[in-house]
Amino acid sequence: MERRRLHLVLTLALIAVLFLALWWANTHLGEFPLRVARTGAIYVVAAVAYNLVNGITGQFSLGPNGFMALGGYTTALLVLPLQQKQFVWFLEPLMWPFNSFSFPGYLFGLAVLLGGVMGALGALLVGIPSFRLRGDYLAIATFGFGEIIFVLANNLIPLTNGPLGMKGIPEYANVYWCFGAAIVATLVVSNIANSSYGRAMKAIRDDEIAAEAMGVNVFRTKMLAFVTSGFFGGVAGGLLVSLITTISPTLFTFGMTFNLLIIIVLGGLGSITGSVITGFGFALMSELLRVVEAPINIGPIHIPGVPGMRMVVFSVLLILLMIFYRRGLFGQFELSWDWVLSVLRVTRGVRECKRERKTESS
Amino acid sequence: MTLETLIQQLMNGISLGSLYALIAIGYTMVYGILRLINFAHSDIFMVGAYFAFFLVAIFRLPWGVSAILAIILTALVGMIVDRAAYRPVRNAPRISALITAVGVSFFLENLGLVTVGARPKAFQRPDIMARVIPIGPAAVSGVSIWVPILSLALLALLLFIVYRTKVGMAMRSVSTDIETTRLMGVDVDRVISYTFAIGSALAAAGGIMWACKYPQINPLMGIYPGWKAFTAAVVGGIGNITGAMLGGFLIGLVEIMTVAVLPGLSGYRDGIIFTLLLVFLLLRPTGILGEPLKEKV
Repeated sequence: MERRRLHLVLTLALIAVLFLALWWANTHLGEFPLRVARTGAIYVVAAVAYNLVNGITGQFSLGPNGFMALGGYTTALLVLPLQQKQFVWFLEPLMWPFNSFSFPGYLFGLAVLLGGVMGALGALLVGIPSFRLRGDYLAIATFGFGEIIFVLANNLIPLTNGPLGMKGIPEYANVYWCFGAAIVATLVVSNIANSSYGRAMKAIRDDEIAAEAMGVNVFRTKMLAFVTSGFFGGVAGGLLVSLITTISPTLFTFGMTFNLLIIIVLGGLGSITGSVITGFGFALMSELLRVVEAPINIGPIHIPGVPGMRMVVFSVLLILLMIFYRRGLFGQFELSWDWVLSVLRVTRGVRECKRERKTESS
Repeated sequence: MTLETLIQQLMNGISLGSLYALIAIGYTMVYGILRLINFAHSDIFMVGAYFAFFLVAIFRLPWGVSAILAIILTALVGMIVDRAAYRPVRNAPRISALITAVGVSFFLENLGLVTVGARPKAFQRPDIMARVIPIGPAAVSGVSIWVPILSLALLALLLFIVYRTKVGMAMRSVSTDIETTRLMGVDVDRVISYTFAIGSALAAAGGIMWACKYPQINPLMGIYPGWKAFTAAVVGGIGNITGAMLGGFLIGLVEIMTVAVLPGLSGYRDGIIFTLLLVFLLLRPTGILGEPLKEKV
């Protein structure tokens, strides 16, 4: 109990330090680094949740783009100012009730939360048919769901404005919102992963039949992981559209899921720590790798830029990771206070305890 | 709807369905043997169409020759993909193999975008496909006649290979039990390689005929046909070859007929197919012909 309280205090202190750092960054750093940091934080929200399904529960979902689209459209419809709504829907009027209200800035959190709820409902809808079966049906069903959302977004013009999408969404998603969401998502997912539900999820990943025989309610446990992931996917979508201030169906195509897949595989399937670090790393890398697509001049040699080369690099990286480095950067390692403290030699870590026990017995 | 349009739409649906059937075979054979959703299959389909395009447009080969060459080349690509990407992860957890498949799919698409460009290319189809043929009161394009005929011929050839040859016997044996087959002295890796080759060859034939039907090709052209063909494989009962054929025709007819009967829904045609997929998963997950999968413990 003592140790648990210590960890809580340390976590709260870390969050406080982080927010102080954010406050400093917000006032001192330029627009561009802040933008990359916010994008990274949003990737973290989506990736950590995605990892709960793919890495910790071991179910192959291809759905985060669909859930992000649900959250993104919900949030966009709620916060888009009324004047802007009239301006955007010039072909067909926006349907009731969204044409009669718009959330003010202080309700942005509620709008994002409702986006998350829509994502969770979407996950519930796909999860029920998919999880009644064993096997890879989830991958197919989630992909199909993403495509259905894409088709609906393109065609339901009174609700989504079709292929044109919406623009002029207020940029409420500042560093505090993005990092706040990232912290909440990480804490919730890691608490689930460390709870008895989390152990049930890992049991399903390692051997579904054995888990079922041990009395794990497989359907309910998978649903819990999947709906949680849908919720945070929706939250990430809502934050993302507010960050880039526009939304259109092409924002949430399969490419988005592919990015998240790279993040969780590179970080290590099942490692939340890995997803957090590679989430930020990916946001940074996709900016840095723009170099690959730009023309390069090395002395007299001219290498013309090839647009789209980044995705070739990423897909080769994904295949090579799977063949040669399946555990990813962090494997299933988790950063925990126990580990930090034992490294810092503040408390006796597991290794020292073992050593002492050995000397006692000998 | 007049009789004329009904005949036209039916022929259209059957030809589209036979293409889905050709692609669905590749999915269902690989799934039956490896329990792997080969996401890259839809891009193999695209590669086949591009091979034919380049052989006709650049090397100026006659039509029949380039189609056959393209099919052989695509079969080789399928074998290379299996050898280079899938064989190393064969004993890894299932999820690793699936992620590899997604990676290969994305790799082929983006390699296509980088090398041949995103701009669609006009596909020169042979005259026989473009000609309009009268059937009763309706005028049907040659594509709608020839595509089902050629597809049925290929499907018959496939059934012959699977049920009447030694390789086919080995394939059926591998899909029942890999380990026992290995103990019987069958070179399992080679059989799997042949499976990829046959699936890819059929996908290439589908891709070439698809390009005759919709004569514009681009590196992302495989995505939707591929997923609908996969839906067809699931609807027919995944792992079951005859089921995949049935599913293909069913999906093609449903897609064309919804649009023909309810033109207002034409924007939703892709959505309707995927909704059908979810409904099938909910009500009859083993498909029309599939037997319930027995789980081995």
